[in-house]
Amino acid sequence: MSARSLVHGRVAGPVFRLDDPLSIWGGFDSSNGRVIDRFHPQHGACLSGAILFMERGRGSSSGASVLAEAIRLGTAPAAIILLEDDAIIATGALVAQMLYSIDCPVAAIGDRTEWLRLSALPRIDIDAGPVAVRIIEAA
Amino acid sequence: MELTETEREMLQGQHGPAAADALGLVVRFAEAVGATRLLPCASAHVDGCLYHGQASLDFVERFEVLGGRVKVPTTLNVGSVDLIHPELFIGDPALGAAGKRLMEAHVELGCTPSFTCAPYQTLLRPRFGEQLAWAESNAIVFANSVIGARTNRYGDFIDLACALAGRVPDYGLHRSANRRAGVTVELAGCADAGPDQAGGIAVAVGLFIGKHCGDTIAAITGLPACTSEDDLKALGAAAASSGSVAMFHAVGLTPEAPDLDTATGGRQVPVAARLGPAEIADILARLGTVPDGAPLTAVALGTPHFSLAEFGRLMPLLDLAPFAVPVYINTGRHEWERLLADGRAAALEAAGVTVVVDTCTYVTSIIRDLSGAVMTNSGKWAYYAPGNLDVDVAFGTLADTMRSARAGRVVRA
Repeated sequence: MSARSLVHGRVAGPVFRLDDPLSIWGGFDSSNGRVIDRFHPQHGACLSGAILFMERGRGSSSGASVLAEAIRLGTAPAAIILLEDDAIIATGALVAQMLYSIDCPVAAIGDRTEWLRLSALPRIDIDAGPVAVRIIEAA
Repeated sequence: MELTETEREMLQGQHGPAAADALGLVVRFAEAVGATRLLPCASAHVDGCLYHGQASLDFVERFEVLGGRVKVPTTLNVGSVDLIHPELFIGDPALGAAGKRLMEAHVELGCTPSFTCAPYQTLLRPRFGEQLAWAESNAIVFANSVIGARTNRYGDFIDLACALAGRVPDYGLHRSANRRAGVTVELAGCADAGPDQAGGIAVAVGLFIGKHCGDTIAAITGLPACTSEDDLKALGAAAASSGSVAMFHAVGLTPEAPDLDTATGGRQVPVAARLGPAEIADILARLGTVPDGAPLTAVALGTPHFSLAEFGRLMPLLDLAPFAVPVYINTGRHEWERLLADGRAAALEAAGVTVVVDTCTYVTSIIRDLSGAVMTNSGKWAYYAPGNLDVDVAFGTLADTMRSARAGRVVRA
């Protein structure tokens, strides 16, 4: 597997796959963890505590601030699994780790088939370490 | 990641704990974008003064506690409040106080209290070829395109981290090979337009490339001969609003595009579009949400911040006073000081114009009456304000906005 760890951490949780990329700034409410972009197909969904599958990042770099704030408030996804690298999402999670010592691991899978296979699992356990990313189906 | 000896020492804390933490963040960011080394940067422009929650403040205060100082000249983007005219803020006082604290905390780190989205106008003009760590979408486009300095689209946290470390990751637009045009946009029938029309043409072309060219750099040909630096500023701001544009080439006008061949690096590139006056008019018509003749409640100018040259173009139009609706103009505090010194501030006040500094009327609560439409000559303001402020908008040239301010409704020459 060609997965890369962008932000380290280990967590398990239920999988939630976004059908379209979401701009975290303007599209996600850090006060309650919900999708607030009216044009997003999953408008209204709550992402708190989920292992979030999102193909790639989207929108303003202020998304990093909103993600860090959500991690602080406990409303953020538990982990974010991207298909492609995204610096804005990685920055938000890195800053929360630095400020609050809360891990929200972020990984980029690189391979679409693998990303789709993982996103179809009900629950997963992700261990994003400095050397490798290990993702397994969780009980 | 290849690090220099100095960078390794900095990471180990030999340049202080703040520099170590900042560089650590820059290195992790660099890894996420696939860079393999860092570059020294000449300046930074930080967009961290808009309050997005406690985390915004915690980040800056952490570096303050660690005794951090920026290592390169660093300007600050707009904040949530006008610190020079605080009475203009009419939003939640708690939010206003947090926003003010955030602005002050950045200054404690050694950032220049510029609070402008256009630091390149009178304050800190980068030089051609310099490597920068700049945030704020219009400033990024301007630095890359109009000046020929080099920055990627940096933003929250990483801009300040680069400033505190004095380093940027070497990727994207820092590298010459990635700065060439991949498409062209050809204008026809616009070359002889006058200065007032040139502003509208620039906005239309900007909106077009943002929407249709994505992050492929466009080389634009056929812009009006009188296209000014302020028009290029408006073009870039509109492009960075409707899409994720970080750079464009205006052939014959911008420094890396003396001719089309240079702009494309000698490659044959596809034509994204050919635009004439009809297409330009159509793009601009779709920008407004109200018809001509609609009543106005305000006119909003200066997004990005008005330059001294733009004030120069505006002053004769003050003869149209009295205005039926308030006219707001955003500018930088350094421009404001010049206006105070040369008497133009008094003339603006006498005409009933409100000059707003340190912030911008589309990101904060300044405009008191939003019950009708607001008219602007800014593609960026027109693009964002309906969503941010829930307001109707009309777009027009500078002269049209002032005629409309007098009439209290949307009128055009």
